[in-house]
Parts: sequence; structure tokens; C-alpha cells
Amino acid sequence: MWNELFPNVVWDKIWAATMETLYMTAVSVVATFVLGILLGLLLFLTSKGNIWENRLVNGAIASFVNIFRSIPFIILIILLIPFTKLVVGTILGANAALPALIIGAAPFYARMVEIALREIDKGVIEAAKAMGATTSTIIWKVLLPEALPALVSGITVTAIALVGYTAMAGVVGAGGLGNLAYLEGFQRNNNDVTFVATVLILVIVFIIQFIGDFVTSKIDKR
Amino acid sequence: MITLSNVTKVYRAASGHVTAVDHVNLHIAEGEIFGIIGYSGAGKSSLIRLLNGLEKPTSGEVIVDGKNMEKISGKQLRQARQQIGMIFQHFNLLWSRTVRENIAFPLEIAGVPKEERMQRVDELIQLVGLQGRENAYPSQLSGGQKQRVGIARALANNPKVLLCDEATSALDPQTTDSILDLLVDINKRLGLTIVLITHEMHVIRKICDRVAVMENGKIVEMGEVLHVFRKPEQPITKRFVQQVTEPEETKEAMLHLLERYPNGQVVQLTFVGEAAEQPLITQLIRQFNLNVNILQGKISQTHHGSYGVLFIHLDGANEEIERALAFIRQQEVEVEVLANVE
Repeated sequence: MWNELFPNVVWDKIWAATMETLYMTAVSVVATFVLGILLGLLLFLTSKGNIWENRLVNGAIASFVNIFRSIPFIILIILLIPFTKLVVGTILGANAALPALIIGAAPFYARMVEIALREIDKGVIEAAKAMGATTSTIIWKVLLPEALPALVSGITVTAIALVGYTAMAGVVGAGGLGNLAYLEGFQRNNNDVTFVATVLILVIVFIIQFIGDFVTSKIDKR
Repeated sequence: MITLSNVTKVYRAASGHVTAVDHVNLHIAEGEIFGIIGYSGAGKSSLIRLLNGLEKPTSGEVIVDGKNMEKISGKQLRQARQQIGMIFQHFNLLWSRTVRENIAFPLEIAGVPKEERMQRVDELIQLVGLQGRENAYPSQLSGGQKQRVGIARALANNPKVLLCDEATSALDPQTTDSILDLLVDINKRLGLTIVLITHEMHVIRKICDRVAVMENGKIVEMGEVLHVFRKPEQPITKRFVQQVTEPEETKEAMLHLLERYPNGQVVQLTFVGEAAEQPLITQLIRQFNLNVNILQGKISQTHHGSYGVLFIHLDGANEEIERALAFIRQQEVEVEVLANVE
């Protein structure tokens, strides 16, 4: 029945493409999470009235974040081709998509991290200071745990955006479901392939959203 | 335990300099419960934050437990802060941690090993009466319970000083009283020095040994609570004392009474300490040829004895009234003739 409905779909290829999409998404989400939290923390801590208040550093990070957040992703991939070649050694395949994915998503997530940290009651930070906490204790035991639900829902949104980015990266040769939909589906006019690829991307997005919502509700004790 | 010498704190704002604390001199003895009262913006929040180095003075000296709080920094400051507990108006608990974990937090900061930590947390939960709520999250607690967690947390490292920043201002009157009772209990049991800031005279009356009244960054009046209640000097102090002794409606009631008793005199008597417990009115009626009519009265309990205000109407011959007033004055009772309506 499947073969009648989708005559042009080669399931092995679909499977391989799905794995590539999942691989690109997973690696870039993890890297974005780490890098975004780092940048977001720096943005927060160096802002006015905070522990490491420093206008110069804050301004530098803020401009970096704003610039990379504003460049359309498809252009960012092209701009980063020399960098990708230098780091990964090739501009084709799933790994070649990673630098652009991470550099495109981390600044976006960094802003969300900063907002999440700003939401924390200043009084709680003051209380920790009054107890004699070091800055690293404040970061690890106050800021990150208190902001965790917002950090998780933020990475959920970012992860979904990243699934979309992997599809775009696919068009310029990164592999994955986007690549499949474009080359095998669109260019050869096989609508059934495009359809299957789209459904699979939707399924991935729904699963990410479900996991994100579930984890957020579990850890949110407010 | 705490000495402030000529302490000034100036904030630079866009609109110019704001002097939050203005040449304050203060000495707080060990084991004392010291209250600082003032309206919002009087500088009391800045003052209390100078005591644990959350704010640094612009000039002057802040000495807490022998340490110069404005001079130390880094590790020394953090260690000094572990000896100064602090509780807050909005509790400032970590909502991501349970009651037990919140109380354990300062112990983690101090590097207490896990087993000892758990034992100490259990003691503290007993002390503040939170048995059975150990594993609840702050969002599941009432305001009073949250403040109890705050108190347990502040006491975790056996501090010598406890700072209370409007600790009862967000609580209802009944919960306020139970938290105040807990503070007195802790003060007695642990010999802790407590410094509290508030805008409620009720809090001062109930637990403080001494009080300082703050206005525009300056301490305008300071003394034993009972003394300040008996003889408030500054207008602002009088207003605060009235918060407790005279309910809002008293003035209206007095006007009404003055109209109703055109003869004789309406007198306000202020009793303090033992005087409040003498049978003064009985003596008045027996010794003088007067009609004594009790109009209104109120007795408040302070940390150091009772304090009462009584409004009476004396009717009779003028000389007899004068003699009676002289007699009352001999009894260590403050007398104020409200109006002579004759």
C-alpha cells in the first residue's frame, strides 16, 4: 500500500535523511545550549547594576549577538563557507552544516537566556550575596537553577528553529530531509517525496515541543 | 556588637546626589533587639545593608562584631557575612529548592559536609516549627511559613547578628505576631543581636529593646522603647507612637466627648510600667470629691512592660480637680489636660 501511495519514495533514503536531520539538530542544539548560556550569562552579568558590570564587554557581546541574530540564515551559511572549510574541511554533508547552525542559533538563544536571567527576582541574588556566596555559587546554585524552566522552554523554541535551519542548510548541500525534499522532491517533481519529508519534519518538531513542554512542567516549581 | 560612626551613604543619580544615610552614629549592644523605624525613603533599607556590606558607606565607619565592614572585601567579607543572617520582606527564597534545600543553601556556601548539613537542617526546622513541611516548595507555603524558612536559613550558620528587612510587612497581623514571637524566642535562646527595620510601630512595641527613628537619612530620636513611648519628642515620633496608642477614630471620639461633657476636664493619662498596674482611679474617687468618668482606655504590652493610655473626665470644683491632677502627677503618670470647656 505504501508503495502505491508514494511511488517515488525510497524508504532507505528517507531513513538516512531523517537520521542526518536528527544528527544535525541534536549536535547543534547541544552546542547552542552551552554557547548560548555562556553568552547569555555574560550579557546578564556585565549589564548595568550586576556583579560584573562592564559597559565595554557588554557592548561587545551585545553587538556580536545582534549582528549574527540579524543575518538571514541562508546568507549566513554562504558567508561562513570559508570558515566552515577551515574548521570542518569540507562544505558538504551534515558536519559542514554545524558551524552555521550553531553560529546562527547561539546568539538567538543567548538573548533568551539573558531575558530568563533578568526574570529572576533581584532579591534572591541579594539574599545569596548576604549569605556570603561567591559569584560562581550564585551562577551555579541561584541563577541557572532558578532560570531553568525558562532556559528549557527557550531551547525548545530554538531547537524547533534549528530543525527549520537544517532544512535550509540541506538545500545548499548539507544532507538531511531538507536536502531530500529539495533534490529528490522539488527538482524531480516528485511531490510524494516532498510530502513525506515535510511530514517527518513536522513529527520531529512535535516531538521536540512535547519533550520541551514536559520537562518544563516537571522542573517548574513556581 | 555593632557600631556606626558618622556614617554617610550618598547615591549618585541622574537627577543629582541623594543622601540616603546622613551622618548616623549608632551603637547596638550584644543580645539587643534594636528597631529602626521610618517611612519609606527614610534611608533605613540603605542603613541595614551597610551592616552586611551589601552597600558600602560613602564615608564613616561600620563595625560589626569587631570587623570593619567598609574595609574588608573578597573572602573576608564573605566569611563575615556568614556570621550575619538576613531576612527579607519578600522572603527571597529559591523557588527551585524545597524547604530543606533552601535552609541547606547557606550551609553549602559555608562548605559544611553533607551529613552535618542534614542534621543542622533538621534542628532548624524544629526551631522554626516547620515539621512536616520539609519537602514542600516555597510556592506551596503560606507567607508566614515562607518567613519561617527565611529565618531558619538566616540562622543556619549560627550567626551573631540577624538583620530583618521589613520582615513582617508583607504578612497579616496574626502571622506578624507569630513571627515576632519567634524572633523574641530566638533572641532569648541564642543570645542573638537583632536589628530590624520597619514602618510599623506595632513591631517596635512588641519586641524591641531600643528604637531609632529615621527621617531623611538622619536618626532624629533614639532611646528605650518604653521611654520613647512615654515621651516622644519629635513630631514624627509622636505620629509613630499614635499608630499604636490611638486608633484613627480616637480624635473624633474625643471631640464628641468634649461636646458632651461641657463641665469639668477631659484628661489623658499615660501610664508606663508598674504605674499601669496601680488602682489609680479607685484612689481618685475615694480621696477627692469628684465624679470620675472613664471615657476610653487602652493598654499596650511592650517588650519591657505595659504602657497604657486612659482618657477620663473629671467633674467637680476647680480646686478639687487641680488637687487631683497634682496627686496623679505624683504617681509617675503623665497627665495632659485635653481641653477646658468651662
